Amino acid sequence: MSWWTRISNAIRGDRLGREIDEELESHIAEAIEQGRDPAEARRAFGGALRTREECRDSHVLPWLASLHADSVFAWRQFAKHKVTSAAAVLSLALAIGACTSAFRLIDALLLRPLPVVAPEQLYTVVHQSFDPKGAPFTDDQWAYPCFTLMRTAVKGQAELLAVSYAARTDLTYKSDAEMEKADVQYVSGWLFDSFGLRPAAGRLFNADDDSKPRAHAYAVLSYDYWTRRFGRDPKAVGRTLQMGSDLYQIVGVGPEPFTGTETGTVTDIFVPTMMHPGVTHDDWTWFRTMVRVHPGTATEPLRARLESVALAFERERAKSFKNMPQASIDLFLRQKIGLQPAAAGASGLQKTYSTALAAIGVLVALVLLIACANVANLTTAQAASRAREMALRVSIGAGRARLVQLVLVLVESAWLAAFSAALGAWLAWWSAPFVVSRINPPDNPARLALPADWRVLAFAIALTLAVTLLFGLAPALRASKINPASALRGGSSSPHARRRLMHALIAAQVSFCFVVLFLAGLFVATFDHLSHFPLGFSADRLLVLETVAPAARPPVFWEQAADHLQSLPGVEKTAISGWPLLDGNGWNGFVSVNGAPPGPVLAYFLAVSPGWRDTMKTTLLDGHDLRADDGSPAPALVNETFVKDFLKGLEPIGAQVAKDRVPYRVVGVVRDTPYRSLREPILPAVFVPLRDMRTATIVVRTAAPNPLAIASMLRHEVSGARVSNLRSQMDLVQAQTVRERLLAMLAMFFAAVALVLAGIGLYGVLDYTVLQRRREIGIRMAVGAQAGDIALRLTVEVLRVVFAGALVGLALGLLAGRYIATLLYEVSPGDPAMLAIPAAVILGVSLIAALPAVLHAVQIDPVSMLRAD
Amino acid sequence: MPKTDSLQGSLDLLVLKILSRRPNLHGYAIMTAIRDWSGDVLNAEEGSLYPALHRMEEAGWIRAEWVTKDTGRRARIYELTATGRKQLDAEETRWQAVTAAVNRVLRTA
Repeated sequence: MSWWTRISNAIRGDRLGREIDEELESHIAEAIEQGRDPAEARRAFGGALRTREECRDSHVLPWLASLHADSVFAWRQFAKHKVTSAAAVLSLALAIGACTSAFRLIDALLLRPLPVVAPEQLYTVVHQSFDPKGAPFTDDQWAYPCFTLMRTAVKGQAELLAVSYAARTDLTYKSDAEMEKADVQYVSGWLFDSFGLRPAAGRLFNADDDSKPRAHAYAVLSYDYWTRRFGRDPKAVGRTLQMGSDLYQIVGVGPEPFTGTETGTVTDIFVPTMMHPGVTHDDWTWFRTMVRVHPGTATEPLRARLESVALAFERERAKSFKNMPQASIDLFLRQKIGLQPAAAGASGLQKTYSTALAAIGVLVALVLLIACANVANLTTAQAASRAREMALRVSIGAGRARLVQLVLVLVESAWLAAFSAALGAWLAWWSAPFVVSRINPPDNPARLALPADWRVLAFAIALTLAVTLLFGLAPALRASKINPASALRGGSSSPHARRRLMHALIAAQVSFCFVVLFLAGLFVATFDHLSHFPLGFSADRLLVLETVAPAARPPVFWEQAADHLQSLPGVEKTAISGWPLLDGNGWNGFVSVNGAPPGPVLAYFLAVSPGWRDTMKTTLLDGHDLRADDGSPAPALVNETFVKDFLKGLEPIGAQVAKDRVPYRVVGVVRDTPYRSLREPILPAVFVPLRDMRTATIVVRTAAPNPLAIASMLRHEVSGARVSNLRSQMDLVQAQTVRERLLAMLAMFFAAVALVLAGIGLYGVLDYTVLQRRREIGIRMAVGAQAGDIALRLTVEVLRVVFAGALVGLALGLLAGRYIATLLYEVSPGDPAMLAIPAAVILGVSLIAALPAVLHAVQIDPVSMLRAD
Repeated sequence: MPKTDSLQGSLDLLVLKILSRRPNLHGYAIMTAIRDWSGDVLNAEEGSLYPALHRMEEAGWIRAEWVTKDTGRRARIYELTATGRKQLDAEETRWQAVTAAVNRVLRTA
């Protein structure tokens, strides 16, 4: 008989058992017919049960049959305790789901190899240098002429690939009136060949498509974009699209799994690097350099070779640096070149979110541990109440060799875990994409491929097994050690040992809970500090219209456009600036003050129209605004930080400030405002008059409280230029704190879950303890203990466990705080307030959780208690 | 000589041999056949016979089938399979070899 029948016999054992019984009965009947004494004929079988079992065992896999029986029994137990089982399943499901989600995100962003040939051979080449304060930092931006030199230098050992930063770009398939946005990336023509990719339609680029500047106006679509924009229409290949002033021809579509190398962005359109205007400039850094190291090439000599070429290039370039202090040039030339593994791609999102995701991973793992401790306590308590049943099983011959109890309790745990995992899988299914959708501001969402494949499945299964062992093993071992004689006599074998186990679990829960609360507190405080950052301007009712003209236009053109908008209903005030504050753009330079040589600190510039300060509602502290008739040299406003950094001890008004030999005269000082990011220190800023510009931002202060209400009307009122991006300034401010908001939100959520779980766990254990010690408490009260004494005793016992747990949690929290310093803003993990809050919360919750049990204990009636049992 | 039920590991051989001569016997008939054909010397006990039958069925040497007898009761009857026939040959050869060897030892002693 096949294995399959043996397995199915084990599951459907009833029919088999009936047939064996019938055969044996038939035998006995036959014997009686032949004249044997009925009693003797029956006796001849000896243990009929044993014969039957032996017959049965030859048809089934005995261990499987017993496992099946155990699992049916466990299922009945599970179904009997509906409420506790449901609570356990829910809390575990939440934790398992959260862990799986976190794994999906971490895997998708940081671990999953790119779907290319030999991804492990890929590295990114980075500069490792120092900022003016001497702190090390790495950046991965390169200039094309340097790239060409490095590529030639390592030919034969490695292939260099240029991949620009994916950028949301305006383009059109029809006319200028129908502009749309797509993520465009400039890539080396040989990239697809090097990655071993095949086209899904048409052809991909090759090295010939990337040899002469501006000569290869071809585009390759990503499969994802082809699907979304063209519904996989094969006729999309051959169409043209217009980007800037260039017409590109679509030559093909990339393979389905390939979404680009910038993990977190799904590239829509690839074009050859030669089409980028920066390709001939040695001071435009606009792309990442990836390197595919050929097998058999050692990376260190390769790195050294790249470094010597890159530094030679920079030294040559530095000779033409003007207006830059020698110290800054020296610092710049002290940079090194490093290789960073890029099997999982390379993106800014990875840099920004790796620590944040790790922190979330730790939080959810702790919540999972807390949930496991809860279930372990529940199982222990249940096993205790079933001590007699277990003892009975042992005494009627369920051998310890088969580890009946062990298996039984573990199987019950497995039921729990399986249910929780199924529910958790559902949770992970929608929560991971939900978190991704929160990562970036709504107008530029992060797009992370989140396949639910064998990696995720394997993780979930391993997690479920680990969880089963975590909360099932200790109670199972304890149950299997039961002493049948004493258990049947009515006394539990070792209540103290069991209580010790439960108390240890409670202490662990409290310490994990402390860590979760502590980290959550840090994240919330960080978010709070950042969102209450003094902006120095008012972002309310403020719209920013990023506008593009067909060619550079004089200031008067822009001012007319702004004036026209100001005449519209619902508009209070308008002004012009080069770009909005806080959108990440920057324009900097070394400045010389009153003719002195330039210092090592960079100042930041922004071109603004005369009414800009007034529209932004930035306070003027000294002097007057920019005016149209200020004459020469051009007037400038500076902020407080600029005065502090550059004009110390000088009279700011009237000071001469020159950038690249262009002089400005300071006419006013304004309040500090953040320039490109909330997280960096306030930068010294200079606001200068408008120049001829192709792109400019019209800032609109609206009268209505919701500025976006008139946004679409405004969009059509700009003539002679196209509004490429229209946002509210508030969106820009909030985009600065997206990560902090996400972290604070998730951390708060898990902190609440952890707190509730720990509270329930504590309540359950205390209630069980009181139940177990009814007799002891009854005796104590009978011999004169007051209710207050009993309550105090129990409370002290609880507090001891809670304090022990909190102390361990404190140590763990301080340790963890060190690793997340980069995620925090103006919050110190060592701050006593940050430690006091979780401690107070946990203490409060513990006392609340302990209250019912204590009340229960003092209400015990000694007389009835001593009579019982 | 007392009746022996231990059959010295020859139960399988006996069952196979009986079924090769008389197919379609039920358990009770096989037990009777062992006793009768051995001249009341060998006796297979129910407690060993049925587990052995089920084991041999599982091994594919014999095949079982339910039949309804005249009395209306169902009986489970067994017959030899092709594999069982081969097994019988092998067991018989082995038995002959073992008894011959045992005899040789007894003679030299």
